[in-house]
Amino acid sequence: MIAAYFRPGDWLLAAAGLALVAGLWLRQADSLEGRVVIRLDGKVFQEASLRLNRLIEVPGPLGVSRIEIHAGRVRVAADPSPRQLCVRQGWIPPGGAAVCLPNRVSVENAAAGYDTLNY
Amino acid sequence: MTRSTIEFTSSAEDRRVAGLAAAAIGLTLAEAAIPLPIPGIKPGLANIVTLFVLYRYGWRTAAWVAGLRIVAGALALGQFLTPAFVLSLTGGVMSLCVLAVAIRLPGRWFGPVGLSLLAAFAHIGTQLWVVDVWLLPGASILGLLPLFLGAAWLTGLANGLATAHLLKSNPQNEEATP
Repeated sequence: MIAAYFRPGDWLLAAAGLALVAGLWLRQADSLEGRVVIRLDGKVFQEASLRLNRLIEVPGPLGVSRIEIHAGRVRVAADPSPRQLCVRQGWIPPGGAAVCLPNRVSVENAAAGYDTLNY
Repeated sequence: MTRSTIEFTSSAEDRRVAGLAAAAIGLTLAEAAIPLPIPGIKPGLANIVTLFVLYRYGWRTAAWVAGLRIVAGALALGQFLTPAFVLSLTGGVMSLCVLAVAIRLPGRWFGPVGLSLLAAFAHIGTQLWVVDVWLLPGASILGLLPLFLGAAWLTGLANGLATAHLLKSNPQNEEATP
């Protein structure tokens, strides 16, 4: 009954509008949700998504730091730094970061956060 | 008592615009009373009137009705010349521009529902653009885009269906010829 009010172009416009909204939504979810930023020597070495399990090897001045992304979490799995602070830190919480200092590697779990909330 | 020397004559067209604008203003006020979770998202029921008028009496009358509704509605709600009014005005003007073009599309293919969707997207798109460049420059409103466009899709569809129903259940009578 409602369908009687639609003309062919109306269906097309409704579908196009819905596709636009869905597309933006998906892109948004991908871009805001779980980015991991790995820096070497202060410069961005790699940006990765938390969704994809993988092992990233970062060649620092002391040796290779291994960064593990698994099941939506990220941690420094191995690092040649003597005190192992960033490794012992474990899984990095959303918004948190681990810094492997002598090796000049940092890992940031750049979770989606609000920077302004106002009307 | 002396008779007023000011002559104020109103044509049938004036009275029609006034009556339709009153209906639109009524809807604006009624919907202002509905509590809504997110500022900026509202059903925009007055657009049913605009669209109805566009189909029945043409674009000129629709522009009059929409313009009067925006100004008088803002006055009644105490929003005249506030940012909310500017957003309402810019969104309204852009929707009318889009509708001016869209009403020329072949009627066999595009009806009130399609036009309502186009107007809704033009409305919210313009408003978000104004917010981005004028009200909250720097704040990334991109993150709100899916939310607002989704709402525009829903309200555009609902208002379009309401207009289509209204047009069908109120067949044109002879005194209403433009």
